[in-house]
Amino acid sequence: MAGVIARRARKQRAFRWAVLIVLGVFFLLPLVAMVEFSTRDSNTWSLLIDWPQLSATYPDLSDGIVASLLQAALTAVLMLLLLVPTAVWVRLRLPRLRRLVEFLCLLPLTIPAIVLVVGLAPVYAWVNYFLGGSSVTLVFAYTILVLPYAYRAIDAGLSAIDVKTLAEAARSMGSGWATVMGRVVLPNIRSAVLSAAFLTVALVLGEYTIASLLNRTNLQVAIAFLGKSSATMSVAVSLTALLLAFVLLLLLSLFGERRSSRRRKESTS
Amino acid sequence: MATRPRLRGTALLGTLPFFAYVAIFLIIPTLVVVIGAFASNDGGATGENIKALGNEYILDAFGRSIALSAMSALVGAVLGAVLAYALATARPDGVLRRVVTAAAGVLAQFGGVTLAFAFLATIGLSGFVTVFLQDHGIDIYSGGVWLFELPGLTLVYTYFQIPLMVIVFLPALDGIRPQWREATESLGGTTWQYWTRVAGPLLGPAFLGSTLLLFANAFSAYATAAALVSQGNPIVPLQIRSALTSEVILGQANVGKAMALGMVIVVSVVMGLYTLLQKRTAKWLG
Repeated sequence: MAGVIARRARKQRAFRWAVLIVLGVFFLLPLVAMVEFSTRDSNTWSLLIDWPQLSATYPDLSDGIVASLLQAALTAVLMLLLLVPTAVWVRLRLPRLRRLVEFLCLLPLTIPAIVLVVGLAPVYAWVNYFLGGSSVTLVFAYTILVLPYAYRAIDAGLSAIDVKTLAEAARSMGSGWATVMGRVVLPNIRSAVLSAAFLTVALVLGEYTIASLLNRTNLQVAIAFLGKSSATMSVAVSLTALLLAFVLLLLLSLFGERRSSRRRKESTS
Repeated sequence: MATRPRLRGTALLGTLPFFAYVAIFLIIPTLVVVIGAFASNDGGATGENIKALGNEYILDAFGRSIALSAMSALVGAVLGAVLAYALATARPDGVLRRVVTAAAGVLAQFGGVTLAFAFLATIGLSGFVTVFLQDHGIDIYSGGVWLFELPGLTLVYTYFQIPLMVIVFLPALDGIRPQWREATESLGGTTWQYWTRVAGPLLGPAFLGSTLLLFANAFSAYATAAALVSQGNPIVPLQIRSALTSEVILGQANVGKAMALGMVIVVSVVMGLYTLLQKRTAKWLG
C-alpha cells in the first residue's frame, strides 16, 4: 500500500509540473510579448516616466489617467459611505431587510455592464443636466458595478465580529450612533473595508464598457483610443496598468491570507 | 433595553440613502431596459422590438455569442479543472499553491482593453509570436486572420476563463477526502473505477456549475471584444453597442433594449442553474 501511495505521489508530481509548465507558458507569453513589443521603440518607456512630456505628447492619455485615478478614489469613498452604515444599521436595527439588501447588492452580477449602460443612458441624461458631463460623474455607475464585490467583503467582515454586542456596549456607555460607527464598528472591520476598497480601485481602473459608451474618458478609453495611433505606447500603458492591478490584487490576496491565518491561529490557541 | 427588530419609521430612515441610490442607478436602469423592450418610439406598448429579435442578424449574433461563451467556457473549464487538480495534489500550504491561486485571482479579473492589447502584442499581425514564427517559416495566419473573429475571441477569453475556473473549482476538489480513494482501493476498485464511480459523480455538479458560471462570465463580457473587433458586430454585446451609438436610426434604440433584455434572461437562467448546482455540490463537498 505504501508503495502504491509513493508511486502515485511521484506520478502526481510529474503531472503537476507538466500542467504548470504548459499553462505557465500560455499565461506568461502575452506578458513577455508586451514587454518585447513596448521596447521596440526605445523612447516609449522613458516617455511614460516623464509626466510633463507625456501629457504634452499624449494629452488624451494623461487626461484618462487622471480621470481614472479620481474615479477610483471617489468610487471607493462613495461605496464605503453608502455600504458600511447601511450594512451595520441593517444588522443592528432591521434584520428583516438583510435579505433585500443582499439581493440588491448582488443584483449587478446578473446584469452585464453592457446592459446596465443601456438603461443608464437616460439616467445620465439627467446627471448631465444637473451635474454636467464630466467623467467624474461615472462614479455613480461604478459604485453600482462594484456593489457585489464590496458587499461580500464588508458582509464577511461584519459576520466575523459581534456587531450587536459592540454597539450595545458603546450605546450603554452613552455614545451616539456616529461614535458607534466611527470608533467602535469601523476599527473592527478595518481589513474588510480595506479589501473592499482595493477591489473597487482595481475594478474601476479596468473599466471600459460604461465609460466608452457614455462618451466619457478614463484610462481604458484612452488606451483604446491610443491604440489606433500609437500601438507601442498603448501596449506600454496597458502593461503598466496591468502591473498596477497585479500589485493591488496581490497585496489584497496576501493581506486576506494573513488575516485568515491569524484567525486560524487564534481559534486553535 | 433591548431593541426589538420592529420595522419602525425612524429606523427605516437610516437605510434611505442606500435604497434611494440603488433605485436611481440600478432599479431605474433595469426598468428602462425591461419597459423599453416593449415600448414603441412614441411611448405605446408594442411587441415589435421583441419580434425584431427574430431578425436573422440578431439571431446570428445570439448564436455566435452562445457559441463563443460555450466554447470558451468548455475549454476554460477543462483546462482550469486540470490545473486545479494539479494544485489540489500539491501541499495545501505550500508556496506553489499560494502563488498560483493568488495569480489566478488577479488574472480572472484581467479583461478588457488591456487583455486585447496583450494579445495584439503576442499574436497580432506584427506580434511577438507571429513574427518569431514567420522568421521560422510558419505563418499562423495563412488561412486568414482569425484573431479578430470567433476563434481568436475564444482564445483570448480562455485567458481569463481558466483562472476563474481554478478559483471556483478548487474548493470542490479540496472537499474530496483521500479516505474515499483509500476506501475504493481497499474494496478492490481501480483508479478508473474511482474516477468514474466515486470522484466523478461527486465532482460532476460542481464542474457543471462552474462551467455555467464561466459561460455567464463570457456571455456578459464586452470590453475585450470591443477592443479587438473593429469590423462588424459578430456578438450580441457589440450589436447592442451599434444600436446604442446609432440611435439616430429610428427604432434601433428600443431593439437594443430588447437585445439587452435577452442577455439578462440568458444570464439569469444560467446563474439560476448555477445556484441550484451549487446547492447540490454543498451537500457532499461543502
